[in-house]
Amino acid sequence: MRFGVVRFPGSCDEVDALHACRRFAEAELLWHGDRDLTGIDAVVVPGGFSYGDYLRVGAIARFSPMMEAVIDFAESGGPVFGICNGFQVLCEAGLLPGALLPNDSLRFVCRQVEVIVEATDTPFTRTCQPGERLSIPVKHTTGRYFAPAGTLPEDQIVLRYAPGQNPNGAMDDIAGVCNAGRNVMGLMPHPEHAVDPLTGSADGGRLFESLAMVPA
Amino acid sequence: MTGAAPAARHRELGLTDSEYEGIGERLGREPNALELAVFSLMWSEHCAYKHSKKLLRLLPTEGPHLLMGPGENAGVVDAGDGLAVAFKVESHNHPSAVEPFQGAATGVGGILRDIFAVGARPIAVLDSLRFGELDSARSRYLFEGAVKGIGHYGNSIGVPTVGGEVMFEQAYEQNCLVNAMCVGLARQEDLIRSAAAGVGNQLVLLGARTGRDGIGGASVLASAELSEEDASKRPSVQIGDPFEESRLVECCLELLERGLLRSLQDLGAAGLSSSSSEMASKGGVGLDIDVSRVPLREGDMEPFEIMISESQERMLCVVEPARLADVLDLCARWEVRATPIGEVTDTRHLRVFDGDELVGDMPVEALVDDCPLYDLDPVEPDGPVYDNPQARLPRGGSAEDTLLALLGSPNIASKRYVFEQYDSIVGSRTVRRPGTADAAVLVLAGDGGRGALAVSIDGNGRRVACDPYTGAVEAVLECARNLACVGAEPLGLTNCLNFGNPEKPHIAWQLTRAVEGLRDACLALGVPVVGGNVSLYNEGGGGPIYPTPIVGMVGKLPHPERAPGAGFTDEGHAVALLGPFSPSLEGSELEKLRGRLAGGLPQLDLPAQAAALEAVRDAVRSGSLASAHDVGEGGLACALAECCIEGGLGARIQLSAVDEEALFGEGPGGVVVSGPRAVVEALPGAVGIGEVGGDVLEIGGAAAVPVARLREVYEGAIPAALS
Repeated sequence: MRFGVVRFPGSCDEVDALHACRRFAEAELLWHGDRDLTGIDAVVVPGGFSYGDYLRVGAIARFSPMMEAVIDFAESGGPVFGICNGFQVLCEAGLLPGALLPNDSLRFVCRQVEVIVEATDTPFTRTCQPGERLSIPVKHTTGRYFAPAGTLPEDQIVLRYAPGQNPNGAMDDIAGVCNAGRNVMGLMPHPEHAVDPLTGSADGGRLFESLAMVPA
Repeated sequence: MTGAAPAARHRELGLTDSEYEGIGERLGREPNALELAVFSLMWSEHCAYKHSKKLLRLLPTEGPHLLMGPGENAGVVDAGDGLAVAFKVESHNHPSAVEPFQGAATGVGGILRDIFAVGARPIAVLDSLRFGELDSARSRYLFEGAVKGIGHYGNSIGVPTVGGEVMFEQAYEQNCLVNAMCVGLARQEDLIRSAAAGVGNQLVLLGARTGRDGIGGASVLASAELSEEDASKRPSVQIGDPFEESRLVECCLELLERGLLRSLQDLGAAGLSSSSSEMASKGGVGLDIDVSRVPLREGDMEPFEIMISESQERMLCVVEPARLADVLDLCARWEVRATPIGEVTDTRHLRVFDGDELVGDMPVEALVDDCPLYDLDPVEPDGPVYDNPQARLPRGGSAEDTLLALLGSPNIASKRYVFEQYDSIVGSRTVRRPGTADAAVLVLAGDGGRGALAVSIDGNGRRVACDPYTGAVEAVLECARNLACVGAEPLGLTNCLNFGNPEKPHIAWQLTRAVEGLRDACLALGVPVVGGNVSLYNEGGGGPIYPTPIVGMVGKLPHPERAPGAGFTDEGHAVALLGPFSPSLEGSELEKLRGRLAGGLPQLDLPAQAAALEAVRDAVRSGSLASAHDVGEGGLACALAECCIEGGLGARIQLSAVDEEALFGEGPGGVVVSGPRAVVEALPGAVGIGEVGGDVLEIGGAAAVPVARLREVYEGAIPAALS
């Protein structure tokens, strides 16, 4: 099992994501200008400020050569996991429904929050229990999830912020969603920053652990 | 060469008549306009430290862990296991007072470049901020803008902001302070110096295009008092682009890792002029620069503008010709602009060409080393320098009311509004986040090191205003005490001296006494000063700022998993006070709220304070303490309240005295610890004061306040002041 973690210019959390993946499987960085996904079993689109988040968050990264390959990979059923800026990129790419809007505070927020696992029938949450709470930090300015009525079936909501902990005003406390094929997931919390109790929590490791169970 | 500078132009550029004559003597002729512009910046206070250099020689700069001391882009100390830690604090006060968002953002950008210029990866930022009182609209604007700017830059570039401090005092109303500190990590063999070397080697400019932003920033903004017309100086404030810098960081670190560079230097104040002449000076060489090769943002820039532009996100490196192609290839991969703009010569002159035309020719020594240094003329003022602060709290309230008033004072209240706007966790090293412990703790396991670093930044200008010597000593002690509370031993210290106009005798006295205090405290603790920054002329319409030496320290601790937080953790744990702690209301936050600024601080026993720090460190390192928290602003009662709020637990406290001095008095040396009773009672010198439990902070005979109420006031104060 081998993870590939995309590195765009302006990515911030790609190395942290790489190390998180390596706790559970092999992993390598994927350069934004390449297109080769040979040998990669799951793709992580990491957090940060790809291309400076200029124009609109995720809007430029979505057109990089590597993202073309990732879109093909996703469309043929490969698991793709977008964290924070990666979630924004996957929404821009049309791989996930909805969009991320500026936080209702209009400020960056960095905070440990609890999320509730709403769906366990995905490659990302298969080792979790329904209703399980995970302590994972958020850090973003543009994390308020929104999807127009009728575009997000209830069963595609994978993670919700625990009651009273919604940090950004997201619709229905949504923290993470998947696509209809359930092989693409995006979330605003940063599970790669929750893989070691020494630095706050190990709960985020559950998501990488689940993904690492993908048959090689 | 053409065009002698018009007469008296030098005065507009901030040079005195005698300095101007000195330039002529060194050149053997009148300087032309470009040369005058370059000299005016190189001989500015900001670049030449002409009023502080002699004084700074007092500071001890040697220590067992030192790898690079003052003079390089940043100080560097040995962190063990082949690792080196680079760190430095720098001010961006005047730009932030003119345009807070960009001023603060580029302050962060600039200090990051100082760190990766020595080959270290930036791993943490800390900030020390000072504004006027929050009931002023201007102060709220500066505060909100500066915090947003720091977050914008640090967050975007993927370097965590792990700590800092903010204080609000009337004396900073016109002239806010924005000091940013960066900490970087390198393998020792990857460190690089800035000395240019190797005649015939290429000088390559990396990063952003050069524009007109920040022209003359060093002399216009940083080396003169602020005035009413500062809005018109906005074009002198640089504009930051963290996306450019993030590629520049990765590109420079990879260039160094592959051994492709001979030397590296950032472009900061005075831009190309300063970076090139300093590289040449350190290497004992000359440099030829062709400004026509410099990539420009605006096509019609004059050669002098190109030489002094302070456009951000640029670095200058020296490359051997044989490696130039590899350098350019790697830069292209990172989409970092790289342009050979000149070469190293043996002339010991900085020669500036515009194509084939020689447009400036200056001896490097004259630029870098010959700026006249001035002796200060310190005179102790015979009366108060500052007005008393506005009274906000009547005397005679109950201890409970006083405690709540202090917890709700913005200087003491929770800074959650600030630190939640900063990414404090990127990099996966952050063991102790802002607000949870007295110092940030950064684990080194992922970098091939053992243990962790602890970092803190501290200062209290009001106390320095009361007594410059003791106040400066206290700043060093507080920083060291914060490190001790997580079990760390200081490796080195950086400082930023924020003062008013040193040409005024009473400011010169403040500066001199404060530096003497820093010296004595550093000697007592055995901590070297590895670098720093001086920001003078911090005066707005209302007079000078409080004298504000800011101290940043990096320490090392062996067991990050044992580093306690500040908050109580367990019902039934014993609470004790470590000392020596002799609280006094002089210079305290309570006296400030009551509208009085003291005329002095109690003397302190420096050897006893140093020994006490060691005792705290040893106690923490034993791993048996549950919490440790420094007694700071607001005294023991506020420290206890903070332990309760952070831990979500009450405490039952019995003190031998419950007068205002005992409850709210301040002074160095106090640390509140908690843990199992047998452990706490066995600590040498510990005074048992109670136990953790319940949901009320009870101080016998004085106060009983539910923790929920304490939290409401503590957490609510700053958001309420801003809404």
